[in-house]
Amino acid sequence: MGVNIIKRRKKRMLVSLAVLSPSIAAITVFVYVFIGSSIRTSMSNWNSFARLLSGEYVFVGMQNYVRLFQDPRFQSDLWNTLYFTLFFILGCLTMGIILAVLVDRNIKGVGIFRNIFLFPMAVSFVVTGTVWRWIFAPGNLPGSPRGVNLLFDMLGLNSLQWRWFTSTESFLNFNLALIPVIIAAVWQMSGYTMALYLAGLRGIPSALTEAAEVDGASPWQVFWRVKFPLLRPITFSAMIILGHISLKIFDLVYAMTGSGPGNVTDMPAIYMFETTFRANRYATGSAIGIVMLIMVAIVIIPYLVNAFKKEVKVS
Amino acid sequence: MKKTLSIVLLCVFAAFFLLPMYVLLATSLKPMQEVGIARMWHLPSRPSLDAFVKAFGRLAPNLQNSLMLVIPATLISAFMGSINGYMLSKLKFRGSDLLFALLLFGMFIPYQSVLFPLINALDMMGLYGSIWGLVVVHVVYGLPITTLIFRNYYSEIPDELIEASSIDGASIFRTYTRVLVPLSIPGFVVVLIWQFTNIWNEFLFAVTVTSDPLKQPITVALVNLAGSQVVEWNLQMAGAILAALPTLIVYIALGKYFLRGLLAGSVKG
Repeated sequence: MGVNIIKRRKKRMLVSLAVLSPSIAAITVFVYVFIGSSIRTSMSNWNSFARLLSGEYVFVGMQNYVRLFQDPRFQSDLWNTLYFTLFFILGCLTMGIILAVLVDRNIKGVGIFRNIFLFPMAVSFVVTGTVWRWIFAPGNLPGSPRGVNLLFDMLGLNSLQWRWFTSTESFLNFNLALIPVIIAAVWQMSGYTMALYLAGLRGIPSALTEAAEVDGASPWQVFWRVKFPLLRPITFSAMIILGHISLKIFDLVYAMTGSGPGNVTDMPAIYMFETTFRANRYATGSAIGIVMLIMVAIVIIPYLVNAFKKEVKVS
Repeated sequence: MKKTLSIVLLCVFAAFFLLPMYVLLATSLKPMQEVGIARMWHLPSRPSLDAFVKAFGRLAPNLQNSLMLVIPATLISAFMGSINGYMLSKLKFRGSDLLFALLLFGMFIPYQSVLFPLINALDMMGLYGSIWGLVVVHVVYGLPITTLIFRNYYSEIPDELIEASSIDGASIFRTYTRVLVPLSIPGFVVVLIWQFTNIWNEFLFAVTVTSDPLKQPITVALVNLAGSQVVEWNLQMAGAILAALPTLIVYIALGKYFLRGLLAGSVKG
């Protein structure tokens, strides 16, 4: 009997591994081996097509990384990533919770609004970038404004006209040209944040809120004292998900503004793309890719570890 | 009173969300002689489909490429995700959770960190520059999310159901086709929608794996169309609508499942 169970277990494990093996092999190569290969390239002198073609690997250590961090363009990329991530997350969380609370109310026809807030998720960053570029294109000020500036002109609000993503002003290394990009990104992702919060709000047992109401709590108090603390894990998840999107943001910026004047809207992903595929500086490009990986890993690995610990506890 | 305030707020937010839609529609429906910048916010005085006809003429090959890419890539990655999910939820073994975590990490990596070796490998396999190369890429990098969704889905199916069928003498694979697949039709819908949307909308792989404009997916063609200074705005906006239409139709038709996919993509809250 006991031998039989062990035999069955062994058989099941073999079947399981056999079925999983194509995926294990694919992910091993396409994720882990390729990351290793990128690290190797990032420590080589392959910064021209001729050197790559020669096939000779010359190890240069951390040289490409050192140069990268001294490069003003990359420094600007890091600041842009920091501020973009910060305001993008803040914007999505704020909009997300407000929209979720509004949509969660018992109002007739509220489903239509939920669908309106969520539809940008079905649209690509490329389409979003194309449209918002047209909306925020400043035109030639002051004579011939276009986009939002034209709208302000028509409404008599000329003082609000601004050069938007072509502006080169900055404040504490925050390039103000990022503001239109952040608006477009929040437009795209705040509906998703709303959906996360909405699922959380629906999961709160009504007994809890009713008990608070019986005790005389105002709706405002019920929200801040009862519901909001219970939504903390969702806020945390949303921050991680939004954060890992913004750290690698590429298509939206590429389609909307590109690097901008003086790299005011440049991002590591754009620099990586241009330096690898337009300038053939493969080693530098790989180094940027690895820096991006480290940034994302710092955010994601603790989250994954945490998620798995929780799961093990439950089962 | 409070209800009125809520409705006003909802309308204000809705206006913000619909603003790009207004610009897209109003601009794309304008005939060529009306596209001047000064009339950007006006509705077209005589709506015309000229811009759509012209944009479709230019983008048709790329729309076709995207279709040729998205159909096989979506089906293959959904199928593989479902058998993986079955193994990782019902045929667990020592270390299978760690294996799953290592698999899942592939979902979060910035693809920039694998892009250069990936292009070289595709080149060696003779797949660089082709839609089939993109199919391979999207199947492989789609495995973590499809496996995740199915694993979570199958975890909620009681083990007794599986065990009952194996006592009946049904083999592991018959359990899959007879018990799990019929039970997981909604799971398949969620995964198919998710993969369809993501692959259709993807840009980084599309722009790096294909270089011939005739072989590029729609997202790349749209960026090229919108990036050229000589192309009229109504054409660009019509192109953007054409590029967004398939995923929007899926969203409108199957919104409920779309939402579930979004939530499943967040690992576990």
